[in-house]
Order: sequence, then C-alpha cells, then structure tokens
Amino acid sequence: MSDAVQNERISSVPKKKSKLEKMLTNKSFWRGVMALIGFVIFWEVCSQSKVWFGVQVPWIGKVPPPSEVIAAWQKIIYYTGYWESWYLSTGRVFAGFIIAMIIGIPFGLMLAVNRYFREIFFPPFEILRPIPPLAWVPASIVFWPTTEMSIAFVTFLGAFFTIVINVLGGARSIDIQYLRAAQSMGASQWDLFWKVILPGTLPSIWTGAAVGMGITWEVVLASEMISGGGQQGGGGLGFFIWSSYMGGTVAQVIVGMISIGIAGYLSSSLIRFLGVISMPWRRLF
Amino acid sequence: MQQSDTNNMNNSGNVSSEEMLTRNSASLELRGVCRGFGDEWEREEIIKDFSLSIAPGELTVLVGPSGCGKSTLVNLLAGYDIPDTGQILLNEKPVTGPGNDRMVVFQETALMPWLTAYQNVVFGPKVRKDIPARELNEKADYLFEKVGLVEFKDKYPLQLSGGMQRRAELARAMINDPLVMIMDEPFRGLDAMSRELMQEFFVRLFEENRRTNIFVTSEIDEAIFLADKLIILTNRPTAVRKIIDIKLTRPRNLDVLSSTEAYGYKREAMELLHEEALKVFKRSAAVANSQEVQ
Repeated sequence: MSDAVQNERISSVPKKKSKLEKMLTNKSFWRGVMALIGFVIFWEVCSQSKVWFGVQVPWIGKVPPPSEVIAAWQKIIYYTGYWESWYLSTGRVFAGFIIAMIIGIPFGLMLAVNRYFREIFFPPFEILRPIPPLAWVPASIVFWPTTEMSIAFVTFLGAFFTIVINVLGGARSIDIQYLRAAQSMGASQWDLFWKVILPGTLPSIWTGAAVGMGITWEVVLASEMISGGGQQGGGGLGFFIWSSYMGGTVAQVIVGMISIGIAGYLSSSLIRFLGVISMPWRRLF
Repeated sequence: MQQSDTNNMNNSGNVSSEEMLTRNSASLELRGVCRGFGDEWEREEIIKDFSLSIAPGELTVLVGPSGCGKSTLVNLLAGYDIPDTGQILLNEKPVTGPGNDRMVVFQETALMPWLTAYQNVVFGPKVRKDIPARELNEKADYLFEKVGLVEFKDKYPLQLSGGMQRRAELARAMINDPLVMIMDEPFRGLDAMSRELMQEFFVRLFEENRRTNIFVTSEIDEAIFLADKLIILTNRPTAVRKIIDIKLTRPRNLDVLSSTEAYGYKREAMELLHEEALKVFKRSAAVANSQEVQ
C-alpha cells in the first residue's frame, strides 16, 4: 500500500523543467520572438514597396531590405577584416571599460567617504564631467602617442564619469542606520568600509557599469570613425561602418549597425550576469 | 506574584545555555542633558534639562507626542550624538560614543540586506573577534532557537516578514550581551497582529533576562503593557513631564491591559499626552494667526 501511495506522490510531483524547456514554454519569450519577426517583415515590405506596389514608403523605403542585408552579411562573414573589427572594437571597449572600473570605483568611494578628498577632487571632476567624451577625441589624438591609446583613453572617459557618479551617489545614500548599527557593534573604520559601505554600494556600482558599458560602445564607434580605425586590420566596427558608407554599400552599413547592436547586447548581458552573481541578496524573488 | 518571579529566575538558572546570556545589567543616568540644532538665531532646543535615572534591570518606556525628540534622545543614549551640556552616565561612567555595551534596535529594520540573518547576527562578535568561533556558533544557534528563526538562518532579511526581521534584530543585539538595550519604536510598521505577538515575545524575553531596557514608543497600550516605569515626555523642548510607576504584575500577558489598573494608567497618561499635544497645537495656531495679521 505504501508503495502505491509513494508512486502516486512521485507522479503528482511536477517534473522539473530544464532552463531551455522553461524558455521555450514561456509566453513572454515567444512574444519577443514574434515581435522581432514582425519587425523584420515590416521592414522588408516597406523597403520593397517600390518594387512590389510601385509606391515608395518615405524614409524607410530607401533602406535596403533585410534580405539584401543578410545577403551582404553572408558575403562579409568570410572576410577576416570583419571579424578583426569585432575583435578590435570589443578589445577597445573592454580595455577602456575595465580601466574605468578599476580607477572609477575606488575614486567614487573615496569621494564618498573622505571629506578632504571630496573637497579637493570633486570640483575639477565636476568641471571635466560635462565635456562629452567625443570632444576629447582631437585632444587625445594629439596627446597620446598612438591612435590605439587615444581611442582607449576616450572610451575610458565615456565610462569613467558615469561609474564615479553612480558609485558616489550609491555610497552616500546608504542608510545611516546600517553604519550606526555597525558602529555600535564595534566595527572599525576599516570594517565600515569593507563590510557596510562597499556591499551597500554594489547595486549602484553595477548600475553605473551597465550605463557606462553602453556609453563605451557609443564612444568607441565614434572615435574609430573619426580617427580612421588606427591602421590595424579591419579598423574596428566603427571604421567598418564608415568605410562601407564611403564605399557606397548601404547594406554593409546596416550589417555593421546590427553587429554593434549584438555586441552591445552581449556586453550588457555580461554586466547583468556579473551583477546577479555578485549580489545574491538581490535575486530573491 | 513576587514569588513566581523568583521562581522563574531559579528555573532559568538551571538551564545551562541560559547562562550564555549573562544577566549583567547596568544603571543609566541622564544629568541635565541639553541638545539643540541650528545656528544662533534659528537654534532650536530639542532636548532641554533632561534628567532621569534608570535602575538596573528596569524596563523604562518613554512616551511622547510624535516629533518631540525621542529619536534625538536615542541617538544621545547610543552615543551617535553628543549632548551640548549635561552628561549621560552608564554605570557611573560617562558615555562618549557608540559601544557594544549599548545595543540599539532601530525603528525600521537595520539588518544589513546583503548579509543573511545568521551573518547579521554574528556581525558584532565577528568584527570585534572577541568570541571564539565555536562558542559563537553555539551562542548564535541558541539565540536563533530562542527567537524562533532556526529555519530562517540562511535567509536574507528581505525574505523575512516584518516580525521575523525584528526578532532577528533582537538576536543580533542580544548576542553582543549589552548592558543596556535601547529600543527606538522597534515594532512600528508591523501589522496589529504581529505587533501584539512581538510585544508578548519581547516581554517574555525581558522577564527572563531583566536587562536594563529603554523602550521608546508612541503607542500608549504598548507602553503600559511593557513598562516598569512609564516616562511621559513634554513636547519640544523635550524633558520629563511625569514618571508613572506601572505596578502591573509580572510575568505579563496582553490580558493585563483590560484590567482596571491598566485603564487607570492609560487615562492618566492620555491626559498628560493630550495636554502636551494641545500645547503644540496652540503654538502653531498662534504662529498661523500672527502670520495672517502680517
């Protein structure tokens, strides 16, 4: 009898779904897929309107249709230059971004916790902050010995200011009760910093990183276009777009644009993932 | 009732783990404490000539109209803030800053959201490194059992209900074996049901340990239910208006509130609080009038 009961119990327990299975049975996932397909169809129809209906849809009618873009992409896949551009741009983005994190996080925390540090460094920081990173391009080409270094520098600036501002704001908005409670329990300044301020700032650090990552991609592309890609194979995705435009292959321009979209999406997914694993208390629900 | 009180003490004396919480209580005294904020012309005295002495092992409840400076008083007692004049003495020694001889349980939970309940509770001894790891584990386990959160040890504060958070916070305070517990409206924001449960839980805890306790609240029923001494505060600047000795028998349960004695205390306290509240009302009305004239 107990056997029967047990069997029944086992069969009534819902089978654990794998991650893939969960995704494939999720309605929001399919809504997203349908939206993407719908968008591509809409684009194709609008671009082909001249051919198919004899009436050109304004603006979007001039854009090459997805079929043409895919055809261009299929050709480009075999060019090493295209993949080198991916490699170069990603490398530049991460170089600038990682340096910005390494310098920006301690800098922001210092601004938050040390009054003298803040009084000395905050005013110049605030004057430099509103200068758009792209305005630094000419100057940094002059200052830095190689194009590569000047691109990295400008990318760094793109992420740096955002990261610092987020870290500073996050650290200063930590509930004073956490600090007081820790102080009552005998925490030293060192403990307060490592055990209260740093973990309390982590959410803002990752917010700053996510925004900074987005800016880094914008900046790297623009500086590649301006600087001519740095004479290396491919020259980066920004240079790829620019040279395609100069060569008059509009479909290739769009290939470049979509490539950047994918690259940006992958990088921000990475940031999100790192945020989730470093803040276990934030993935409770 | 006196007898059952002593019985209780004897019983708890037999339980060995009970000894982990030493029953060291302390006296606390405030002598002419003043504290104001603002510069010169706009200076406002929040606390003025506040004197009060609290005997060891007593539960003193402070009640006052909202916004009267109770939190300022808590900050002074905890040492987060220093009085302009006057002194706060803990066991005859002046208080000069925060320390683990006084533990504060805050209004809304101050459990650190990035630590699990367990990590929160052991935070103090861990940073001070004053309890060996094994003993600390045992002590924490004992406290988790006491507050009924054994299964929730490894949960993060956000995963706990309001009542559980407060209990975890009590455990976090108790593990530090403070001489004095300072509770700043600790049950505020809980729903009525969990609030009552927490009050009963807290009273049992207090009666077991008899640790000197200062409890700030704006709920009069809560105050009477918990207090040995009920301190009615004046409105700003805050000072002691009246000390009411609450002679309800211990151990207490919530039924005690429906007794005639409790009702008498409540009426007395309400009258005083009403008077204090009326003062502010009149003052603000006067200000409004004078502004209208202008």
